[in-house]
Amino acid sequence: MSLLALAGLSAHYGCGPVLHGISLDVAAAGVSVVLGANGAGKTTLLRAVCGMIAREGTVEFDGARIDRMATPDVARLGIAHVPEGRGTFPNLSTEENLRLGACSRRGPRDRRAIASLFERVYQYFPKLAQRRRQQAGTLSGGEQQMLALGRALMSSPKLMLLDEPSFGLAPLVVEELYRIMRDINADEHVGILLVEQNAAIALDLADQVYLFETGRVVMAGPPKDLRGDEALRRVYLGY
Amino acid sequence: MEGLLHQVFAGLANGAIYASLALALVMIYRVTHFVNFAQGELALCSTYSAWALIEAGASYWVAFVVTVALSFAMGVVIERVVIRPASRAPALSVVIVFIGLMVALNSVAGWIFGYSTLSFPSPFPAEPPFGNHYIGSHELGVIAVTLGMLGLLYVFFRFTTLGLVLRAVADNAESSRLVGIRVERMLGLGWGLAAAIGAVAGIMIAPIVFLDPSMMSGVMLYAFAAALLGGIDSPIGAVVGGFIVGVLENLMGAYVIGTELKLTVALVLIVVVLVVKPSGLFGQPVAARV
Ligand SMILES: Nc1ncnc2c1ncn2[C@@H]1O[C@H](COP(=O)(O)OP(=O)(O)O)[C@@H](O)[C@H]1O
Ligand SMILES: [Mg+2]
Repeated sequence: MSLLALAGLSAHYGCGPVLHGISLDVAAAGVSVVLGANGAGKTTLLRAVCGMIAREGTVEFDGARIDRMATPDVARLGIAHVPEGRGTFPNLSTEENLRLGACSRRGPRDRRAIASLFERVYQYFPKLAQRRRQQAGTLSGGEQQMLALGRALMSSPKLMLLDEPSFGLAPLVVEELYRIMRDINADEHVGILLVEQNAAIALDLADQVYLFETGRVVMAGPPKDLRGDEALRRVYLGY
Repeated sequence: MEGLLHQVFAGLANGAIYASLALALVMIYRVTHFVNFAQGELALCSTYSAWALIEAGASYWVAFVVTVALSFAMGVVIERVVIRPASRAPALSVVIVFIGLMVALNSVAGWIFGYSTLSFPSPFPAEPPFGNHYIGSHELGVIAVTLGMLGLLYVFFRFTTLGLVLRAVADNAESSRLVGIRVERMLGLGWGLAAAIGAVAGIMIAPIVFLDPSMMSGVMLYAFAAALLGGIDSPIGAVVGGFIVGVLENLMGAYVIGTELKLTVALVLIVVVLVVKPSGLFGQPVAARV
């Protein structure tokens, strides 16, 4: 059974639909990647899953319908959305940002549970430990992305929705981030729905790929299908 | 010298009152980013209910606690029934809703309790403390209560999870939802806390200025000046601003412009702060998003 299953999902901002009947799956502890050009509807897809915009169709998470739920309730089920632009709390410290990730997590929230969550996040992202007391707004782009991922981890999610984590970062930083994301996916047994324009690096992580064009899925399959199709490869991977 | 000291102490006592109302303004601003123009009238209604409870035979402290609790509930209800439905409207419409709320609360208070001036008891002794002749017991008590509220708020925002959640909502409402915070409830909580703080302020002011429906009009202008001067998002700023405004008002009134023109001090201060340093003395300048 899939962890997340979308069927016939449409979404609109009030001026006509932006997504048209999307069907898509994320396997338990699997990684599904959505590729598409700027404006294809990738961000909108993640927002629709979380109930941040009006949508129709079905969203099933862990076997239960969640398409009528408000955003905080979706989050409380164990879906951690790392939004476009990272969505940190700029005036709060790194530590406070992380603490907020755990503020309505499922499972224990006592001092010891929180302390061990912090420890795990700082193991993945030692840089965040050094920046503990610093205001999030003053962190570098890479550190902010780490903070956003760390905050997601603090909720012990079953599914993470990641919106272009490579955006605006230097290639070395992107490589480091993806290495950590791979570890997180393996060690924490967490499913990932990853949205990217940077196809090359995202494909390495994917076990299922969806190509988006103007709000529609134009191709779905394992990464090797995309690599094997010369026309698609040229458009999406550029070689 | 003696006269100057008198004026300074009287100013500090007034300042404590402005500070406590400014704290309530800061509370709502921090959570909702609205300046609550109806804050003074909310406090007025609270003070009248305390007065009614005492008239009905309740002891001072019972009336105090019940009023603060009722005011909290009133804040939550007003947020839910009046402010939330209006908050999606353009900013100017929201301001008009606040002004409407202010007028409505004031009329209701006048209609129920009448327009005559009522006296209100003080919980502090009538004689000045330690036989000094600079400051009365009630005035000193008001200063202590204001500093006490500031301390409680500081601890609440800094060290409790709920306080952190409120700060998060103020900082980034959308991300707050993504970590599972029910933002609307937190807005209600912010309103409830502000109304409770305002209730304490009203109860402290009433023995000094006496209770009538226009009790808050002058005081609120100074409180706005105090909140702006200190930084509309800073509790410490509100208190420091309150004391500065109180002392400045008294000194200007006594030595420079005379008591009739004192209220213009607040207006001038508001304009100067908005022009010279809109974030105030302690406020955070709007952070640049990367
Ligand atoms: N807040 C909004 N209001 C109206 N239209 C929007 C809004 N955000 C995005 N859109 C439109 O929705 C489409 C998909 O956008 P988006 O999901 O952000 O694409 P992507 O993330 O793939 O770049 C675009 O055509 C964009 O113009
Ligand atoms: Mg996008």
